[in-house]
Amino acid sequence: MESPSSRRPDVAGLAIAFILLALAGLIWWDLSRLQLNAVYGVGPKAMPMVVAAGLGILAIGNAIAAFRGDLPERESLQWQPIILIIGGLAVMMGFIHFGVGFILATTVLFAATAAAFGRRAFLVDLAIGFVLGLIIYVVFSKLLALSLPMGPIERLL
Amino acid sequence: MDAFVSLAHGLTVAIQPMNLLFALIGVLLGTAVGVLPGIGPALTVALLLPITFKLDPGGSIIMFAGIYYGGMYGGSTTSILINTPGESASMVTALEGNKMAKAGRGGPALATAAIGSFVAGVIATAGLAFLAPYLVDVAVQFGPEDYFALMCVAFVTVSATFGDSPVRGLTSLFIGLLLGLVGIDILTGQARMSFGVPDLLDGVEVTTLAVGLFAVGEALYVASRRHLVEEKLEPVRGSLWMTKEDWKRSWKPWLRGTAFGFPIGALPAGGAEIPTFLSYSTEKRLAKHPEEFGHGAIEGVAGPEAANNASAAGTLVPLLTLGLPTSATAAMMLAGFQQYGLNPGPLLFAERPELVWGLIASLFIANVMLLVLNLPLVGLWVRLLAIPQPWLYAGILVFATMGTIAANPSVVELMMLTLFGIMGFLMRRFDFPIAPVVVGLILGPVAEGQLRRALSISLNDPMVLLQSPISATLLVIALIALILPFVLKGMSRFKATED
Repeated sequence: MESPSSRRPDVAGLAIAFILLALAGLIWWDLSRLQLNAVYGVGPKAMPMVVAAGLGILAIGNAIAAFRGDLPERESLQWQPIILIIGGLAVMMGFIHFGVGFILATTVLFAATAAAFGRRAFLVDLAIGFVLGLIIYVVFSKLLALSLPMGPIERLL
Repeated sequence: MDAFVSLAHGLTVAIQPMNLLFALIGVLLGTAVGVLPGIGPALTVALLLPITFKLDPGGSIIMFAGIYYGGMYGGSTTSILINTPGESASMVTALEGNKMAKAGRGGPALATAAIGSFVAGVIATAGLAFLAPYLVDVAVQFGPEDYFALMCVAFVTVSATFGDSPVRGLTSLFIGLLLGLVGIDILTGQARMSFGVPDLLDGVEVTTLAVGLFAVGEALYVASRRHLVEEKLEPVRGSLWMTKEDWKRSWKPWLRGTAFGFPIGALPAGGAEIPTFLSYSTEKRLAKHPEEFGHGAIEGVAGPEAANNASAAGTLVPLLTLGLPTSATAAMMLAGFQQYGLNPGPLLFAERPELVWGLIASLFIANVMLLVLNLPLVGLWVRLLAIPQPWLYAGILVFATMGTIAANPSVVELMMLTLFGIMGFLMRRFDFPIAPVVVGLILGPVAEGQLRRALSISLNDPMVLLQSPISATLLVIALIALILPFVLKGMSRFKATED
């Protein structure tokens, strides 16, 4: 905890407050485009209004907390693992979008996540990810009849 | 007694071989995810929702409940042996349990946790069976305005009253309510918060949100601070069995823990943390050797573990009788009911008694299974902790994405999963509670529906909310629960003084 004398506003806390305010504005903008229909009871606009107002008030509350230094202290963080995991997810999305298939997408995600957690044997992890993807695909697609994204490998099975 | 007859009928459902199998799968999965750090029962149920879509509703729900109970048992193993509690409710167990393990008394610590969980689970499930019919009788008289008021109580208590910061809790809730707005409004057919994206017209999938927050968010969070923590697994040394002295010191804390856990879980008060903290401080005060606390006092494991399990059974009371989830896992179970078009509440007791009472009866069976699984077989579960962390989390993410794609094979759904994951990461980093988001998404649209129904019956007269005595009382309770934490700022600080 910082001493109360050092009244430096918490920048991250202010950013959160700003995001909440932006979300409230987004709801307001969206609900202004709804058409008014004559319905009994409150229409579809009431609930968005309540949520937008609530988010607006909470934005103020969070801003006050940021100024008072009420947010918990943060530990240092490493960006590299975060980028690896999100990158793995992004590659997965790309693979599925371009029809590379579920198994290869899973392979990349598995290896990227393992690397994010400090594994250095990337090729081994790729192999494990491939086998895992293959097993999951066979079990869930063939036995439980779930539709998983198809690619060249899936079509061979 | 009505409950006896219903329960006996339920037992005939629960002992059908298929349902026994589902219960066994549930408790096995539940114990496994409870033991493994990083996955909790809420995430497991979320992952299973798309897979179980085509299975028998009764069996699946028995399995979900088994996962809930199993997660509560398994969590204690991790807390005791590696001091990293799987979920917040096991935090207190780690205080004394890990000290016991370090002193070579890991066996008795695991035993008192398992037997205490069993005692609490059985008593609390009995409490559920006998309380449920009464609550159902009350709930039948509820009108839409009363349900709306009840949900307001749940919103406030889950997010504001018992958290560290009411502002952050309410922020989480309103994010959930915002997500609940997305999609086509059922009553007028207008698209809200969809911005012309066809994938958003159906609304935000509960599974995508829960899996993103719990699995992806947790993986990002743990990976980003991996350099800070070092986990050390304490081997179980010495006898697994409790001595006569251990039994003597454990049985009272078990019962007291149950007495804390069940009512607090049953009230829409959210979470198992409060009763575990209460139980811990009570045992510390009542103990004959208070100086042992902090160095491995068995009472400090027995009481909180019982409270933990009793509150899990307690949360099923509002879930089954009123359709009101008060924890993240209960919220996911509600989503499980909803995917079969079932709505927990008094109607479900009337229309599908075999399902509800079969579930309650199977909880007794699940408790027996869990005692067997956790006492003699604890060594097997400990081996799960030997899975290298990189593979564990890589596997979790693979299953998380698989569940999401299986529910809706689209890139947009994966994008939302990633976004919710980043959101979950930020929420953990800035200490925003996660459960209110899930509860907000699930209950928000229900509350809106009830309010609009109430107002259309009363021809737009908002006074209907205050004219019904039930609704008026509940709204006053909600208001008090909202204001109280701001007035008693010290309340959130009692946790700090316990440490």
